[in-house]
Amino acid sequence: MSKKEFIRNFSIIAHIDHGKSTLADRLLELTNSVALRDMTKQLLDSMDLERERGITIKAHAVRLDYKAQDGNEYILNLIDTPGHVDFNYEVSRSLAACEGAVLIIDATQGIEAQTIANTYLALDHNLELVPVINKIDLPAADPERVAKEVEDVIGLDCSEAPRISAKTGENVQSVLESIVRLIPPPEGDDDKPLKALIFDSYYDSYKGVVVYVRVMEGSIKPGDTMKMMSTGATFTVVETGYMRPTYLQPCSGLSAGEVGYITASIKTVSQASVGDTITLTANPAAEPLAGYRKANPMVFCGIYPADGADYESLKEALEKLRLNDASLHFEPETSGALGFGFRCGFLGLLHLEIIQERLEREYDLDLVSTVPAVIYKIHMSNGEVIEVDNPTHFPDPAEIDFIEEPVASAHIYTPPEYVGSIMELCQNRRGVYIDMVYITPERVDIRYTLPLNEIIYDFFDALKSRTKGYASLDYELSGYQRSKVVKLDVLLNGDVIDALSFIVHEEKAYQRARKIAEKLKDNIPRQMFEIPIQIAIGSKVIARETVKAMRKDVLAKCYGGDITRKKKLLEKQKEGKKRMRQFGSVEVPQEAFMAVLKLDEQ
Amino acid sequence: MRNTKKKGIYIHIPFCKSKCIYCDFCSVVPVGDITDRYVTALKNEALRYKRTEKIKADTVYFGGGTPSFIGAERLADILSTVKDVFSIDSDAEITAECNPSSCNEEFFIKLKESGFNRISLGLQSTSETERKAIGRLTSASQAKKAVAQALTASFNNISLDLMLGLPNQTKDSLKESIDFCAEAGVTHISAYILKAEEGTPFFDRLRKEGADSLNLPDEDSVCDLYLFAADYLETKGFKQYEISNFAKDGFASRHNLKYWNADEYIGLGASAHSFFEGKRFYNTRNIDDYLTGSEPLYDGNGGDFEEYAMLRLRLTDGIKKDETEQRFGKGNFERILKNAERLNSPDLIIISDTCISLTKQGFLLSNTLIAELLS
Repeated sequence: MSKKEFIRNFSIIAHIDHGKSTLADRLLELTNSVALRDMTKQLLDSMDLERERGITIKAHAVRLDYKAQDGNEYILNLIDTPGHVDFNYEVSRSLAACEGAVLIIDATQGIEAQTIANTYLALDHNLELVPVINKIDLPAADPERVAKEVEDVIGLDCSEAPRISAKTGENVQSVLESIVRLIPPPEGDDDKPLKALIFDSYYDSYKGVVVYVRVMEGSIKPGDTMKMMSTGATFTVVETGYMRPTYLQPCSGLSAGEVGYITASIKTVSQASVGDTITLTANPAAEPLAGYRKANPMVFCGIYPADGADYESLKEALEKLRLNDASLHFEPETSGALGFGFRCGFLGLLHLEIIQERLEREYDLDLVSTVPAVIYKIHMSNGEVIEVDNPTHFPDPAEIDFIEEPVASAHIYTPPEYVGSIMELCQNRRGVYIDMVYITPERVDIRYTLPLNEIIYDFFDALKSRTKGYASLDYELSGYQRSKVVKLDVLLNGDVIDALSFIVHEEKAYQRARKIAEKLKDNIPRQMFEIPIQIAIGSKVIARETVKAMRKDVLAKCYGGDITRKKKLLEKQKEGKKRMRQFGSVEVPQEAFMAVLKLDEQ
Repeated sequence: MRNTKKKGIYIHIPFCKSKCIYCDFCSVVPVGDITDRYVTALKNEALRYKRTEKIKADTVYFGGGTPSFIGAERLADILSTVKDVFSIDSDAEITAECNPSSCNEEFFIKLKESGFNRISLGLQSTSETERKAIGRLTSASQAKKAVAQALTASFNNISLDLMLGLPNQTKDSLKESIDFCAEAGVTHISAYILKAEEGTPFFDRLRKEGADSLNLPDEDSVCDLYLFAADYLETKGFKQYEISNFAKDGFASRHNLKYWNADEYIGLGASAHSFFEGKRFYNTRNIDDYLTGSEPLYDGNGGDFEEYAMLRLRLTDGIKKDETEQRFGKGNFERILKNAERLNSPDLIIISDTCISLTKQGFLLSNTLIAELLS
């Protein structure tokens, strides 16, 4: 077991794209933790998606050995955190496992929304912050201005903050020295009852769930019987060890202050929830560590296989993803239009997109998904209150007294020149202005209360495009408010297409209805008969379009006995039919669903 | 089981004086002695079908390209080899496609003497603006003259090709073209809807300049032109028997009917397709490769019900219950019938207990409808 005074537990926090994963790569290289041949870019972001999008989806942890300039060998436990607001809870648990955090600020961009949000999170956990100014190799870099911004806004002394380029490796060594010098070693008593914080877990088909922990008090070793304090479930410890960048290194046991992993033949990650406390049955802790909560989904949508025959594959894929993602919720659902599928709950829109993409890529599934929705509280005339996250279950308007919708308190950080445009966007999205603070002359913090429904609907993209990508957004759920929302139904040839129904604020109903009708018209191919498209609130049609009947689809010449071409055409036609969804007599291609989902509101 | 039905023989002549801008058939402007080398290769290919008991055939069709362009002597030469290799019925239908610009009276007499009895002439349109728009070199009067010469040479079975949906085409101009055909004394008319095929100069122009600048009729107008042509041709005594083909009584093209009945035929020459002894195969489109004797490409077995139905539905006769049962057994007709009833579109599909066929409007949607009926 390691001597506590030479251990440093830290994470790296940063706004998206400020270079967190690149810095992590450099630290791994400098500590010779990875053989050069195994070095791939952004090693800790092991999912393809993470590398492509430049985001960290899951937390990762790695133990590095570092011989510092003072001559001592240090153990550095780097706990990488997700960088997106959807995963705030996971971030907070990772931070709770550390004594310090490296705060990266991009020397060309300065402080952004998540810089502040993550800084506050880190300060909430009493972490020692090590500011690092990155990307000094870029021509637009202005490290001194950014340093001053950090001092002014966060009140963090940046006079000695390393100015580095994680990309070129310049001055990265000084980051390691700062970690050793500034971040305090962990405390904790090996002899007290065990309290180990779960900050991540993943499913391994050989070992079962591998639980990443930070031991706060006590110690644990193979053979011990451990207990999850939130559920009382017990398991026998099979293995303990340390996380190396490319493999797991077993050890004889973990004690207070250490970061490592435990395996105990656990079947699913939901049995080892992030934030839970592990103790031993032999000498249990009286109280769990503070801060555990179950992650609740906030955004919902239906996910259906494009080909009904893939239902079982979709089910299996979702189950596999849930093995590693306790915050993914799903239950079977049936749609008249889409057949059998699942109602899925997500932490946020990014989480939703990631799951969809992983299903499509890693499991090779063709999906159709419905418009994302939030949970509405519907107060019925008879006094009953029901929660609805699925437009299909929206009750008859006549029986509704009033409806409440979730709202979020949002911070938007932006250069001042975009304030007007952002306020217009927020106004369009039914935002209520709270205040606006100039954090520096170059940076404004605009605060709005925004309906969550409006945020999940394309808000982030609209914000980025209005501000050339300069604005950043951070939000958290702040409660419910009364709201006049209505359900819009889409009718094709007189039949309601349940999968296209969605809930929208009354004021926007007409505009949205018109757009959807147009989009559908453009995306539904002409068929053998005319197809009326209607958008309705209850029985009142508020928008309509018509797909004219197709008149011509013929191979006029069938020449010289070349029927191969005709056969191919027939096959293609049949194949095309398979990709269509049949609604009564109308066939709707998947693209039409996608188009409705991706209505952009520029 | 060996198919003992008489075959059709198709002979492809891939040469033209110039290539039409919309044409995507296998044809080139000949250089050097390629024509004679090609004729030799054709005859050699035909000889491969020589059997102790000759293969029986009752139609021969020379298509192109422009068969007339290589001259009557060569055509007669090829036909004599064909007659040598195959057992050709005495009343066989023997067709040559001709371009008015490459025929004269002597040409037709020579063809007639050597055994040809049907002429198919490319007219496309009598309107000079329409003809120019697709780069046709001859004038309508030349076509008229060619018809007269063929009649003089006592050809009593002549077909003219028209095109629908040409740039600048209107109902009136189309009516003139049809009137011309009716008055010319021909027995058969093919009316094809112009299609921009990828890889043709016409396709490239269309993409670059757009349909409007080419003055192409829009889809609805093309449909109207088609329906008008079909109706108007019938008033002139040309009964529709296939999507694009119309004939006076008894003059439907027996050779082309083989394709649509899924009967067997042997194709000779570059790009020619065959359906023989249950197999479909075709020759390379590359003329040089053909000349060096490249092997035909196998294209799978032919003649199953699906293929039959797909082809038969191009005919006004459609699919008949008794014929279908005789050839493919029970159940197949019912499958189509069930789909037809599901579609419930009397404007497009004519249903009876013994026959299913498409209407004129149905023909315009035939790709979709056939896929539906076979689903």
